[in-house]
Amino acid sequence: MARKFRKRPSGPTIPAPAKIPVSLTVNGAAREIVVAPWVTLLDALREHLGLTGTKKGCDHGQCGACTVLLDGRRINSCMTFAVMQDGAKVTTVEGLARDGTLHPVQQAFIDHDAFQCGACTSGQICSAIGLIAEGRAKTVEEIRELMSGNICRCGAYPNIVAAIRQAMERERS
Amino acid sequence: MIDFQYTRAADIADAVRQIAGDPAAKFIAGGTNLIDLMKENVERPSRLIDISRLPLREIEETPAGGLRIGALVPNSDLAHHPLVAERYPLLASAILAGASAQLRNMASTGGNLLQRTRCYYFYDTATPCNKRAPGSGCAARYGLNRMHAILGSSDACIATHPSDMCVALAALEAKVHVAGPGGERVIAFADFHRLPGDTPERDTNLRVDEIITAVELPARSFAAHYSYLKIRDRLSYAFALVAVAAALEFDRDAIKEVRLALGGVAHKPWRDVSVEAAMRGAPASRASFARAAEAMLRDARGFAHNAFKIELARRAIVRALTQAAAGTPQSQSVKKIR
Repeated sequence: MARKFRKRPSGPTIPAPAKIPVSLTVNGAAREIVVAPWVTLLDALREHLGLTGTKKGCDHGQCGACTVLLDGRRINSCMTFAVMQDGAKVTTVEGLARDGTLHPVQQAFIDHDAFQCGACTSGQICSAIGLIAEGRAKTVEEIRELMSGNICRCGAYPNIVAAIRQAMERERS
Repeated sequence: MIDFQYTRAADIADAVRQIAGDPAAKFIAGGTNLIDLMKENVERPSRLIDISRLPLREIEETPAGGLRIGALVPNSDLAHHPLVAERYPLLASAILAGASAQLRNMASTGGNLLQRTRCYYFYDTATPCNKRAPGSGCAARYGLNRMHAILGSSDACIATHPSDMCVALAALEAKVHVAGPGGERVIAFADFHRLPGDTPERDTNLRVDEIITAVELPARSFAAHYSYLKIRDRLSYAFALVAVAAALEFDRDAIKEVRLALGGVAHKPWRDVSVEAAMRGAPASRASFARAAEAMLRDARGFAHNAFKIELARRAIVRALTQAAAGTPQSQSVKKIR
C-alpha cells in the first residue's frame, strides 16, 4: 500500500535539466526531438523515436548490439550523445529494406541461419553493412577481425561470417 | 546520469576560454571513453564542451618530412590514410590492434591519448582508488591485478595506460601540439604521459585549460622494419596484457637505429632509451634481442596475478624484434604469431 506524505518534502527543488532540440535524418526521414544532454543516440532512437530494432546490450561499447550507421559509418550508438549528432543521418535496421525487399545482408542472415536469439542481430547486420562499405575485408580472417566489435552470445559466428561472405560476393557480382 | 551542461566550442580559442572558465568541465570529441566513465559515475563533469565540430580533421605533410595529424582525425581514418598506411605502418598496425571497427570510427586522435586506465577498481566507485579519489588507497595492489603494471608503478597506483596507438606514437617519437590560454606549446611524447608517483590522479602533463590540437610524426618512419605485437586474453577486442612496438633500421647487418616501446605494462607507454642505445651497432640476432629484453624488464616487479607478464614481455620483445628485423610484421587479422 502506498504511504502518503503528510506534507511535501522540504528543501529547494532540483531543477529539471535543460532540454535541447536535435534534428536527425533517421532512415531517410527528418525527425525532430528535444532531449536532455545525457540522452545517448541509442536511447533517442529507442525511447524518443520508437525505433526499438536497435538493441541495448551492454550500454558500454563492449557488445556492438547498438551498432547503427551514422553518416554511413558504423558506430556504437550507446557511446555518443544525441545532442552531439544534431544534423546527422542515421540508418537503423528498420531502414534497410526497400519496398518490402530485405537488404541483401538481411537476406543473407536468413539464408545462412546466422542467429539464434536475435539480440545481437540488428547490430551484426548494421555492422556488416558498414564493413562491406569500408571494403577492407577480403578474407574470412579479415571479416572475423573487423566484426570483432559485435559479440554473439549464442555463438552463431560461423554462420554470421558465411552470411557476410554471401552478401559481399553478391555485391561484387 | 548526473546532470551536466552541454555547449559547443566555436573555435579553438573559444574551447580554451570555456574550459579555463569552468575547471569541472570536460571536452568531448569521440566520447567513447568519457561517456562510459560518466555512465559509471567515475567522471562527473559539470559541463561537456563539444569540440567534435572544430576543424582539426586534416592530415598534412610537414616541411620536415613528417605528418601533422589533426586531433579530431578518427582512429580508423588515421590507420587507413594512405600516407600513414604506407609510411607509418607501425602506427596503422597499432591502431588496428585496438578496440573495434565501430569504436575506431568514433574515437579521435587526441582522445586516444587521454584514455583513462581500464583498472577495474578505477571503474568501481565502491572501492578505493587513488586515481579516482586521491588518498582513498589502491584496491588493485592486493586485489585482482592481472592487467596491472609491472614497470614504473608506485605505492599509490599500479594502473596501466590502455592505448595501443600511444605505444606506436612513443616508439615513433611523436610530438603533441596543445593550445592553452598562454598560447601553443609542443610536448614530446615521452613527456606527455606520467608515471603515477604520488599523484596518480594526473595521467598526463596536459594542463586542465589546454586542448590537444595535433599530433606530429617526425620523418623517420621505420616502414621497412617494424612490428606491433599485442598479447591479450582473446584474439581481438581486448586490452593488452603486453604489447610491443618494435622498429629497426639497419646499416648493412648492424642495427643503426632501434625503437622499442611496451604497452600494457606501465602507467604510460614504456620506453628505455638506454636499452635502445645499447642495441645500436649490434647484429640483429636472437642474442642481442634477448639482451635487450632482459634490460627492458630489469626493474620489473609483479604482483599476485601479473608476475607472468614479466616473462611474457621478454618473449614478446624478442619475437617482435625478430618479426621487425625479418620485415614480416605481425598481422592484425591473421592472428597466428610467427
